[in-house]
Amino acid sequence: MLISHMSTEICKLMSLNQDKTNRRAFFVKLGLAGIGSVLVSKWMDKTSWAPNMGSTAKHLIIARDAYINRIKNSLDPEINVKARQGLPGKKFVLVVDLSRCRNARKCMEACAATHQLRPDQFHLNVLEMRDDEHTAPYYLPKHCQHCDNPPCVKVCPVEATYKRTDGIVLIDNERCIGCRYCIAACPYSARSFNWFDPKDAELYKDVPYNVERNVPQKKGTVTKCTFSADCLRNGELPYCVRACPNGVYYFGNLYEDSVTNGTTGETVKLSKLLEDNGAFQLLAELGTKPSVYYLPPRRNN
Amino acid sequence: METTFTGLQQQQKIDFDKMVTALTVVSRRKNKILEYWILFLVFCVGVGVYFYIKQLQTGLGITGMRDIVSWGLYISTFVLFIAISLIGSLTLAILKLLNQHWATPITRLGEIVAVGSLIGALLIIVVDMGRPERLWHIFVYGRLQSPIVWDIIVVNTYLIISLLLYYLPLIPDLHILHRRNLMGRGFKAKIIKFLTFGWQGTEEQNITLHKALHALMIIVIPVALSIHTVTAWLFANTLRPGWDSTNFGPYFVSGAFVAGAALMIILIYGARKVFLLHDYLRPLHFDRLGKLLVLLMLVYLYFNINEYLVPAYKMREHEKHLLDSLFTGEFAYLFWFSQFGGLILPTFLLIFKPLRKPLPLTIISFIVLVAAMIKRYLIVIPTLTHPFLPIQNYPEYYKHYSPTLPEVSITVGCMAVVLLVITILMKIFPVVPLYETAKEKGIPQSIINRTQP
Ligand code: SF4
Ligand code: SF4
Repeated sequence: MLISHMSTEICKLMSLNQDKTNRRAFFVKLGLAGIGSVLVSKWMDKTSWAPNMGSTAKHLIIARDAYINRIKNSLDPEINVKARQGLPGKKFVLVVDLSRCRNARKCMEACAATHQLRPDQFHLNVLEMRDDEHTAPYYLPKHCQHCDNPPCVKVCPVEATYKRTDGIVLIDNERCIGCRYCIAACPYSARSFNWFDPKDAELYKDVPYNVERNVPQKKGTVTKCTFSADCLRNGELPYCVRACPNGVYYFGNLYEDSVTNGTTGETVKLSKLLEDNGAFQLLAELGTKPSVYYLPPRRNN
Repeated sequence: METTFTGLQQQQKIDFDKMVTALTVVSRRKNKILEYWILFLVFCVGVGVYFYIKQLQTGLGITGMRDIVSWGLYISTFVLFIAISLIGSLTLAILKLLNQHWATPITRLGEIVAVGSLIGALLIIVVDMGRPERLWHIFVYGRLQSPIVWDIIVVNTYLIISLLLYYLPLIPDLHILHRRNLMGRGFKAKIIKFLTFGWQGTEEQNITLHKALHALMIIVIPVALSIHTVTAWLFANTLRPGWDSTNFGPYFVSGAFVAGAALMIILIYGARKVFLLHDYLRPLHFDRLGKLLVLLMLVYLYFNINEYLVPAYKMREHEKHLLDSLFTGEFAYLFWFSQFGGLILPTFLLIFKPLRKPLPLTIISFIVLVAAMIKRYLIVIPTLTHPFLPIQNYPEYYKHYSPTLPEVSITVGCMAVVLLVITILMKIFPVVPLYETAKEKGIPQSIINRTQP
């Protein structure tokens, strides 16, 4: 109303001393331009811009439905308030033993199923790396590095993405405004945006939102690896860590100096593991201080 | 009073009447070209709105952006709008503070450009948001360490100052329009009367207005510089190759002047032709603006050399991939066009006086402006297509970016909004300041205040 009134006023001002018919003719033309624009747009836009999701295998569907039922009913109403604080006495670290990775991608599958990801969205991406043309290629599972100096957290205008005392960086998709500045800022390309309605949006409709799992996903917001904060709260290892068949992942608490292998269940001293194997961090030179350590792909032990 | 006019005053009176007629004729008469131009812009806005609604329904996936290239045409156009807005307040405030009287007829146009492009910038940034309905989160949860929040603060400050710099000098003009009943009677006249805020043109009022304007023109300089510096920091505050540069603030600011000056020249040409302002927007203005453009382009060129040559000398691994794509790879055509066609060649051409005549200068400015758009695109996209880690397991097209039809239409719609705001502001009130021009011609207040032509 107000706008239309204002626009008539502006148009009146614009056509100061013209007679009424002239003005009316102009408005008719304006209307025609409006209608014309819709018609032309319709003609230009014959495509459906939503992607084709493909079909899901039967056993996966059964697993998915069981999962949705489970998370639908097990929620602490205070969880998203608690999720702003870290778990006391913890500082989580992930150690990835590159020499054991065979690109089985079981971790990626578990991750995508848990976090309601489309096939082109990754919280965890196994990359085939080659440092130089003369060196051998190797596989590198890349998570969010849960940086201690996180560029993504610094730039978020609304504190939708935040860092907890236990080292975990999370995203609150009920607060995220979808500016995607954090994606631009993350040097590890660890973040993903919901460009469309998320996968299986209908099925997840009644699931209460849990920041620590970042499920259900929401259109127009950002998502990324949560270090499976929901599992950690229950004293379990992250989904990917448990899913690996090859013993690639160790996960644990820096303060206790111990990490546990997700495949073998063996617990080792973190400092010794890192020292004995010449551990490194990804793009350490950027000063982001990652919480993820890598053990080199080939070593003599 | 009528009887006491001397010969000189009689002449001044005639001059002033002529001036009022010439400068207000567009506001009062129907103008075919302008009408079709407005219809065309409304049409573009309509197409943009159609696709924006579609975008709201489908999601930002309707654009060509994806997880790798997560900022695209919208953000580069945002940067362009911010850049253009700089010219209005800044250059013209500086020219005025330096007492460059030749610039008086174009000052108001500068403010109009600033206001229009800032509105466009605010619009397109909302268009780019995945969750526009959560805009209020910025005011409730806003955190001062985010460059986006800095940007929002300075852009709005600048918009307010620009509106004031547009409006305050307009008050005496409105007074003249009102006194002469040029706005008809009734409702319209009442609005105009209200907008004059009791301006009578007394000595005291003149001093107050002058002081206020002077203060604003000084304040606007740091504010305008900071809006584009902060916009540069949106990028420079990340670690990405191509953005991670301490040079970015001045680099953006100097580029902004070039883009803004080019648009100004085009608009002045348009105003001269369509609004029949040949007597006020003279070849002199084109000549001077042409020279100014040369200076601005040389400064910008200097920053470009800094920005590309220093990393190119080192060729650090990640920067090398980026620079290769710009110098010889997929962006090479655009890159060399923007550097040679849009910067070096125009600088060279505009050294020659005949090419600073209205038509050739306008054509050159148009090319400079197109190159400026391309330049913004080249600042945003290639950096995103060259992340630190390899792009794998994504569909092949994720490695490149090409804007989709809806995305282009929405962007064009936003540009049309900017031009629409500019056109309307140019049309409703005199685009060349009436009062200031009269004052500079030495026409006394008593003649300006006369009611009848
Ligand atoms: S890896 Fe990226 S998303 Fe994760 S904390 Fe670091 S900057 Fe943020
Ligand atoms: S996209 Fe969301 S999480 Fe990322 S910076 Fe913007 S508001 Fe924060």
